[in-house]
Amino acid sequence: MPKGTGWRISLIVIFALLSLLYLTPTLAAKLPSWWTDLSLLPKDKIHLGLDLQGGTHLVLEVDTEKAVEGSLDIIATDLEDTLNSKNLHFKRINRVGSEKVSMLFYEKDTATTVQKLMNDKYPGYKQSPQRDEGGFVALDLQITDEAAKDRKDKAVAQALETIRNRIDQFGVSEPLIQREGIDHIVVQLPGIKDPQRAIDLIGKTARLEFKLVREDIPPNSASLPDDAEIMKEKTVDPTTNAVSEIPFVLQKKALITGDLLTDAQVRIDSQYNQPYVGIEFNSLGAKLFDQVTAANVGKRFAIVLDNNVYSAPVIRERISGGSAQISGNFTEKTAADLAIVLRAGALPAPVKIIQNETVGPSLGQDSINKGLMAGLIGVVLVVVFMAIYYKLSGIVANLGMVLNVLFLTGALAALGATLTLPGIAAIVLLIGMSVDSNVIIFERIREELKLGKTPKSALDSGYDKAFLTIMDSHVTTLITAAVLFQFGTGPVKGFAVSLSLGVIINLFTSLIGTKVTFDLFLHKGNVKKMSI
Amino acid sequence: MELLGKTYIDFIGKRHIAFVISAVISIIGIIGIIQIARGAANMGIDFSGGTAMQLKFSKPIDTASARTALDKNGIPKVELQEVKEGNKLLIKIDRNMSIALGKSAEAVQNAFRKEYPANTFIVESSTEIGPSIGDKLRKDTLIAVVISLLGIILYIAWRFDFKFGIGATLATLHDCLAMFAVFYVLNLEINLLFITAVLTIAGYSLTDTVVVFDRIRENMHKNLKESLPNVFNRSINEVLSRTIVTSLTVFLAAISLFLFGGEVIHDFSRALLVGVIVGTYSSVFVASPIVVLLENRALQSKPQKA
Repeated sequence: MPKGTGWRISLIVIFALLSLLYLTPTLAAKLPSWWTDLSLLPKDKIHLGLDLQGGTHLVLEVDTEKAVEGSLDIIATDLEDTLNSKNLHFKRINRVGSEKVSMLFYEKDTATTVQKLMNDKYPGYKQSPQRDEGGFVALDLQITDEAAKDRKDKAVAQALETIRNRIDQFGVSEPLIQREGIDHIVVQLPGIKDPQRAIDLIGKTARLEFKLVREDIPPNSASLPDDAEIMKEKTVDPTTNAVSEIPFVLQKKALITGDLLTDAQVRIDSQYNQPYVGIEFNSLGAKLFDQVTAANVGKRFAIVLDNNVYSAPVIRERISGGSAQISGNFTEKTAADLAIVLRAGALPAPVKIIQNETVGPSLGQDSINKGLMAGLIGVVLVVVFMAIYYKLSGIVANLGMVLNVLFLTGALAALGATLTLPGIAAIVLLIGMSVDSNVIIFERIREELKLGKTPKSALDSGYDKAFLTIMDSHVTTLITAAVLFQFGTGPVKGFAVSLSLGVIINLFTSLIGTKVTFDLFLHKGNVKKMSI
Repeated sequence: MELLGKTYIDFIGKRHIAFVISAVISIIGIIGIIQIARGAANMGIDFSGGTAMQLKFSKPIDTASARTALDKNGIPKVELQEVKEGNKLLIKIDRNMSIALGKSAEAVQNAFRKEYPANTFIVESSTEIGPSIGDKLRKDTLIAVVISLLGIILYIAWRFDFKFGIGATLATLHDCLAMFAVFYVLNLEINLLFITAVLTIAGYSLTDTVVVFDRIRENMHKNLKESLPNVFNRSINEVLSRTIVTSLTVFLAAISLFLFGGEVIHDFSRALLVGVIVGTYSSVFVASPIVVLLENRALQSKPQKA
């Protein structure tokens, strides 16, 4: 064996074995038990992108302004309660936009007392000086930029956790849920059967509120008092699909909210065989529920979810024990989904779906089949061409190309990279590119042979002189692949991964893999003719 | 086997014709890019925002009646495309639609379910993209294109001297513009995959140019007396067969993708095919003649000295 071939051959063999090892889980229909028992052996198949295995890719935008507004609302309510309990009189407390709560007092003294009170109570907020507003004393409590930023940040983190909970309870295998940028959440649901249902489940804010119905005000009245609002109950006729809306006048202030729940389960009404959602309150919720129902017997109590009235039953008697039921026009699925979102909790702010890409499983499989077919035909075309054009040397180049594909797929499996359809396209393209280096080398060798050099020296100078050219073309391709990797998403990223890995591996196989084969054949120096 | 024997084609002499052809292609490409920037070209929804769906029906469905069905259900102005194989229908809805995002795919399904109760369908794919994502992607893509081209230019500048660098850069730019020109003229969709193909070709098409340039430099060092156009012509002819063979192998791979890879990457592989062909042409007819032009100009600006 010629000098210096030993380590090169061993390297190729080691890489080939490693590639095969990492590809085994992908290629084998079922791994034998002794394989799965050995912890060192790889067990993961090549990850397929959503475009190949089917599934849904969502990007959600969290309306973080709403989260800030929500915390200001809480402060406004809290202030009202505190001041009422301390007998401090005020004219008005309300939230203004998403930056402040403004207050209006009758007397300067009260305002000063409230200022002191707020100092300790609300860190992260700054107070405006008192000012006169039409004979009243006005005061603002403004959220600082940092506090607002912090609140937004927490809202996104919290929304992510809630969405993760919901998806876990819904049951999707290997979901990917991650934050992207400031207020975006990316959700990937591979292989999901009913994407629309999952999307509804994820996107629902699920803010549950119990509000008293103001039956003293007709829903069509022109002017509503400050503390009342109109909300509608939507019912869908199961036979005609017609939507009808019943308006209700509700008290603005929610008496009980969904964060006091401990559990929500689907139950079936034994009388009408209609599903409903049974909910359980925690101790505080149970106490509140008991108090509210006791004080309002005979009145209607509306159950509101995301500003839609689900039902507005009449309170017949005081309900203690801390459980209640939400009924509406449920099917078993919608009831089950409502129970999930109630258990997982409400989103701190509404989310908006700004990107939704869904690929059905049939199309994914179709893409895999066609991609493999195109790859196979590409390989055959290139192999045949090289073998005819460069004879035995062409076959050596073909061997290099096969090694290239083997190493590349092995590397994809080993690195846990995701294979997408453009990724497959990159591999097919690389089949053509990988023989290019050999073409450049072979053409050089042919030239050297024409100058009358021996096969051995023609081979060496062919490889030497072609080296820089090959480097150049690989580096420029690698530059664009790297940029694509940095900026691309999903399928394009998969393309960039395959392309950049392929280019690097190709450098190895064409400069070392094929060279060592020639060295083995030609090392004796007495080979008179080269098949090229 | 040899595709070409010893050739002696006067490539440099034909540079005027080549420049005219390339100038026309480049101008069309630039117009295409301007139209894209204005949003007047056929933009994919990943850039423009909107909804795209692929439905597979159990029975054949024609676009005219599908359009009426959608229109009747409050979804006007859709782009429909029929794929004969397997009764497939491609639907594209502009983002300026009245239906809220996240609801249009559902609305389309409901409309078809209502209008064709007997012709069941499955959703093979559905993509809805909000305007903010499209805007971000457009910005990111622009940055990506600029960085890639900068990277390539810097590399070439480092590897070759100035004039060769300009030749290679202009040839690369020319290839990209030609891809835009073809897609713009054929009104094919400009989407993220197309940009990916353009960047891939930007990296790849240099291979041929580098092969030619390496040979020119080698010959220039060997023979200092020969006239420039002669050295260039000889070099191009010497490496002509490898220019063609390397392109041919990639072409074979790309054409099998184009013919057998399925509709998802059909336009992507079409772009690659165009790029491979144009890249080969430009390494011979654009890159080298530009260098000759620059060298000649440099010689003329300092006459009598030699």
